[in-house]
Amino acid sequence: MGLLDQQFADDNIVITKVDDLLNWARLSSLWQVGFGLACCAIEMMATSASHYDFDRFGVIPRASPRQADIIIISGTVTLKMATRIKRLYEQMPDPKYVISMGSCSNCGGPYWEHGYHVLKGIDRVIPVDVYVPGCPPRPEALLEGLLKLQEKIRNESLVKKDVA
Amino acid sequence: MSDYSNLKTEEMVLNMGPQHPSTHGVLRLEIKLDGELIVEVKPHVGYLHRCFEKHCEAMTYPQIVPYVDRMDYLASMSNELGYAIAVERLMGIQVPERVEYIRVIMAELQRIASHMVALGTYGLDIGAFTPFLYLFADRERILSIFEETCGARLLYNYIWVGGLSHDLHPDFIRKAKEFVTYFRPKITELNNLLSYNKIFIERTANVGILPIETAINYGMTGPNLRASGLKWDLRRDDPYSIYDKFEFDIPVGKGWVGTLGDCWDRYFVRVLEMEQSLNILDQALAQIPDGDVTSAIPKRIKPAERQIYTRVENPRGELGYFIVSKGGLQPHRVKVRPPSFISLGLMNELCKGHLVADVIAILGSIDIVLGEVDR
Amino acid sequence: MKSHEEIYNLLKEKFGDAIGQSITNLPVESFIEVSPLKIHEISYFLRDDNELLFDNLMLLSGLDDMNDKKVKQEDGSIADVPGTLSVVYHIESTSFRHKIVLKCSCPKDKPEVESVNSIWRSADWNEREAYDMFGIIFLNHPDLRRILMPYDWEHGFPLRKDYKNPEFYQGMKVPY
Repeated sequence: MGLLDQQFADDNIVITKVDDLLNWARLSSLWQVGFGLACCAIEMMATSASHYDFDRFGVIPRASPRQADIIIISGTVTLKMATRIKRLYEQMPDPKYVISMGSCSNCGGPYWEHGYHVLKGIDRVIPVDVYVPGCPPRPEALLEGLLKLQEKIRNESLVKKDVA
Repeated sequence: MSDYSNLKTEEMVLNMGPQHPSTHGVLRLEIKLDGELIVEVKPHVGYLHRCFEKHCEAMTYPQIVPYVDRMDYLASMSNELGYAIAVERLMGIQVPERVEYIRVIMAELQRIASHMVALGTYGLDIGAFTPFLYLFADRERILSIFEETCGARLLYNYIWVGGLSHDLHPDFIRKAKEFVTYFRPKITELNNLLSYNKIFIERTANVGILPIETAINYGMTGPNLRASGLKWDLRRDDPYSIYDKFEFDIPVGKGWVGTLGDCWDRYFVRVLEMEQSLNILDQALAQIPDGDVTSAIPKRIKPAERQIYTRVENPRGELGYFIVSKGGLQPHRVKVRPPSFISLGLMNELCKGHLVADVIAILGSIDIVLGEVDR
Repeated sequence: MKSHEEIYNLLKEKFGDAIGQSITNLPVESFIEVSPLKIHEISYFLRDDNELLFDNLMLLSGLDDMNDKKVKQEDGSIADVPGTLSVVYHIESTSFRHKIVLKCSCPKDKPEVESVNSIWRSADWNEREAYDMFGIIFLNHPDLRRILMPYDWEHGFPLRKDYKNPEFYQGMKVPY
């Protein structure tokens, strides 16, 4: 049931559940840590630029993790960087979400075998909500990943997290 | 009157990155400050070290091409071109003329696309958001041409050793020509929007001046070297592929609005280079011959024991491949000379004595790609 | 513009024993072997001599020659004889347009090469990288630290052919 389904005919009054209201607020303004790692970061930039326009989903890059709701891990995570990403993630306020963008951050990608300095999957360090496959994923794929995350948030509940 | 001479002051260390909006990726700068003035800048790199050279030792020669793509991910085509030429020289392969033409067209389109990102994000760093949006919208046109040709937007795996993965699609020439005519007036638009903007000039002119002797001694190449006044372009000075067939200028810095070799010069040399790339494209698109593009691709690449250093002019400077073969299917060693890695080594020299805010202007003007710095 | 042979003869005349063979039988690229502890002086000469003026170090690369040998000793046991590590210098002159390739080799158990950082500043980071990847020690380098790998990496030099990857680094599993 949508947020605005139950309303009085001519007044500005809407009846809804607290959960729905909070989820709606959360999923409509997912501010992102302005942070790119590798090749995928270029596709992420292209997504936020004029052609694909990330802004229309309420995704705005913020310079500080302390003001952000999601972090998009866009690219290869190396061992040297992994500890820093963990720290960035810990600095974000709850509720926080993680999108793992591209094969490298999903599982090591093309570097899985001989990459002595590559972390084989960001989920070894921080929990991931949505994995976007591709090397690099197209902007459309990232947008779909974001929609999936919104769907996930829509089904959350204050009482119990992660009902979906 | 108070006497400040006894006041104790000390230097402050400011840490910038690895997560910072203007470091163009994952770079950490340790900046030592005396008030607002920079005493020393220490770049820390390696946050994106993806073990490229180790992978090369475990892969066969054709298998390396996709990894080469991922080095300087803003100029994949140019990287592939350099690698293909290196292995071809190692093996003594002659490629058909049509292949050479297509390679040049791709490399020049890629140069324009890469400079678009460089200039757009440079504007963004300085505080101008609009040019970024304009340039990225135009860049999508090039990407869609690439995508139609080889199926990928960013990392192509198109230029192979001895040829190309497949021929151009029938509509390519028309679309590329259309882009050239479309983009020419856009450069004037960019100049009006950003290059001659008063604020932009104030931020970049006379900042980060690089004298020519220092530039050579530090191994600076590409647009950054040319902005300091040396007419040095590998397409002219150490010709590869068929660049000797085309007429084009090599723009050099002149200190247009400030001093020779400042940030604005480095910026503007890139703008002029885009124009020259359009000139090359004009000629190449008009002259392109027919032919087969896969005929020279060898079935098996197994060079005898030998070594070679080959370099090409990438959008960011001299990209070199040093390949040592011990006679196996895999190279014994591939060492890359990444232009951004060398340019970044100059950060300290460029930033000394400037203000904190100028670090961003200088870093943006030397145009680094961290994927290539760290490999 | 001088040819490979002319430069070799000039160097041989000036430095004598420090200059080894000139390897020209390779079909593509020739190089000159030089002594690792004399590379410093040779480089000064190459840069400052009026007929050479090699002002640009294009590339400095480390190399594992992979020539470790197993030698059977008198008592029947097999002993490892460590091979050599090399540093290859590609140098060019922007005014005369000539190029030269130098190569110096040092034993793996004492990998010491004189730094050329004071001659060509572009060598600074390249030497740090060669140290990082191969463990080649550049004498008189002002700041020889790891550059690409983490500063606290204790598991050896990754581009050596006998490198083994560790299981864990700071609690993170390294292999797939």
